[in-house]
Amino acid sequence: MKSAEEIFNLLKEKYNDGVKELVKQPIDAYITCDPLLINVISLFLMTHEDLLFDNLMILSGVDDANGKTVLVDGLKTIEGGTLSVYYHLESTKLRHKIVLRVSAPRENPEVESVSLIWHSADWHEREAFDLFGIKFLNHPDLRRILMPDDWEGHPLRKDYANPEFYLGIKVPY
Amino acid sequence: MGILDKQFDDNFIVTSVDDLFNWARLSSLWQLGFGLACCAIEMMATSASHYDFDRFGVIPRPSPRQADIIIISGTVTFKMAIRIKRLYEQMPDPKYIISMGSCSNCGGPYWEHGYHVVKGIDRVIPVDVYVPGCPPRPEALLEGLLKLQEKVRNESIVKKTA
Amino acid sequence: MAIKTEEMVLNMGPQHPSTHGVLRLELVLEGEIIQKVTPHIGYLHRCFEKHCEAMTYPQIVPYTDRMDYLAAMGNEFGYAVAVEKLLGLELPPRVEYIRVIMAELQRIASHLVAIGTYGADIGAMTPFLFAFRDREVVLNLFEITCGARMLYNYIWPGGLSHDLHPDFVRLAREFCVYFKPKIVEMNNLLSTNRIFIERTANVGVLPLETAINYGITGPMLRGSGFKWDIRKDDPYSVYDKFDFDIPVGTGKHGTVGDCWDRYDVRIREMEESVKIIEQALDQLPEGNVTSAIPKRIKPVVGSVYARVENPRGELGYFIMSNGTTSPYRIKVRGPSFVNLGIMDVLCKNHMVADVIAILGSVDIVLGEVDR
Repeated sequence: MKSAEEIFNLLKEKYNDGVKELVKQPIDAYITCDPLLINVISLFLMTHEDLLFDNLMILSGVDDANGKTVLVDGLKTIEGGTLSVYYHLESTKLRHKIVLRVSAPRENPEVESVSLIWHSADWHEREAFDLFGIKFLNHPDLRRILMPDDWEGHPLRKDYANPEFYLGIKVPY
Repeated sequence: MGILDKQFDDNFIVTSVDDLFNWARLSSLWQLGFGLACCAIEMMATSASHYDFDRFGVIPRPSPRQADIIIISGTVTFKMAIRIKRLYEQMPDPKYIISMGSCSNCGGPYWEHGYHVVKGIDRVIPVDVYVPGCPPRPEALLEGLLKLQEKVRNESIVKKTA
Repeated sequence: MAIKTEEMVLNMGPQHPSTHGVLRLELVLEGEIIQKVTPHIGYLHRCFEKHCEAMTYPQIVPYTDRMDYLAAMGNEFGYAVAVEKLLGLELPPRVEYIRVIMAELQRIASHLVAIGTYGADIGAMTPFLFAFRDREVVLNLFEITCGARMLYNYIWPGGLSHDLHPDFVRLAREFCVYFKPKIVEMNNLLSTNRIFIERTANVGVLPLETAINYGITGPMLRGSGFKWDIRKDDPYSVYDKFDFDIPVGTGKHGTVGDCWDRYDVRIREMEESVKIIEQALDQLPEGNVTSAIPKRIKPVVGSVYARVENPRGELGYFIMSNGTTSPYRIKVRGPSFVNLGIMDVLCKNHMVADVIAILGSVDIVLGEVDR
């Protein structure tokens, strides 16, 4: 069983430019990584004999909302800032866990997909694309999963506004 | 069954055509097997042995073309509303709708921030009986069914309703 | 000269008697053999995560009920465990024991529905009625505790909403005595039935390495022979004080990891749950169940991921807090959402009727898949 610092040191010596820092915040510390190198880092985490992270527990998109709030056509929108993805990994054989975080710019969020390494990421990434708009490169089938295919906008963003009508049915109460 | 009932020998019953048709319809309302969310489990519990729907003549049928009533049990979303409209149009007349639970009456607990929830199925199809509750008890659903039977009892084949 | 054949696309639409809810399966068939299955979901997406960002922490509890509506106590339990981990709360022991009793009773009720509807899918009508008859006894117990049959709002972060009814312990012990012969009856009706075995053995075999890579948890993973249960491998609450076994699939009537194994794991889990309830009732301490509930929940800035063992698998809550009384982001890892991703792998080269058997053994609840 390894602690978060030991895993961070192992990662840092192998991928110095891809792995950034270990943030020690309350309850769950996380390691920040580069969004375009996350698939290489994930393969290393899964196959290295001291790490063996074979189970991706959860993959969640988060809207950091750390940009500037401006008024566009009377609606509050956020410009600039980032969207993040959190990965919670676990090893069923060595019983340790780690959290990774990648951040991508809000205007063009692109993150490498890990669905070919852990197949459970397949649907989680489709959901992050549907609700936040984060594009996962090299995903086998990236399309909307929960919302209808012709829905406009990404609902879980902090500056999302409801449409008035959808296919003739009134949306608000 | 009519004021001339039981005035003659046991093998004769005299009634009106309206009463006869309505009695036949309300005693054998076949429902479409359609459940959306949590209310569907209470509907299944109502048709199981403790509360038994079958003694009112209600049997689940898999196809809308063989069904008389559809019980909308659960939250209706925009993705599903289009399909419900198509199912409603496939059912032959006379057909009745029971809206079961808060979510299909008015949007339920999701009325405020639900961007994908239709706030009440009556924005899509016309409803006959509303059963409130979240989820309604099986006894409440049975009372909804009895109210629907009362509504059918007062119909006339000459005057078209709805 | 060979006959020219074409592939056909068949739609098992959102309204179907056997899809356990509003799920759409698009099947690509070559004659009767399946080439590809594509599940389409989202017909019950109720915007749970958006509601969480607008409500305070205690107001979210009724919404967590409605996600997996067949195991509502388990959902509330998971949420309470996650918020208490974020706050660092200590709970009175009576609260922990009552929570375990409720969670195990809920496990029995949920597995009864799974088994009853699985029998109905295969074609046997009687187990459905027997399962629902026994479930009514469990729902009676819940009703005298908190007033509701199915969606409870009972387990709050920091404690419980009501203490136990004075008759509860006696009625729960009577239930344990009543229920043990019913499992034997269900085995005689369904598990050893020749037709049931023919339809479920050697169908939908799930190899272990594939299961772990696809993130499968719960009875599906244990049916493939792997002893992994959050209650023993990552314990929460007071589960380490009880003595119970984890049933795994043995391949008794076919290969390890087929549909019969997953069904058998659920039957044996019900027996283990009765054991846990009896031990918890014996060890139940006295105390006040509402003393540790905080007046206002305002955690520090940070994030936590906590998980519990729901009847369908590992239910996880990822909660991010920004220091205010409402969470910044909550993401729920629903076990049915992850388990459903494996349908394409399991259904290859089976026939159309086997899709129903495989889908029933995955045991999904659409409220949790779509949230």
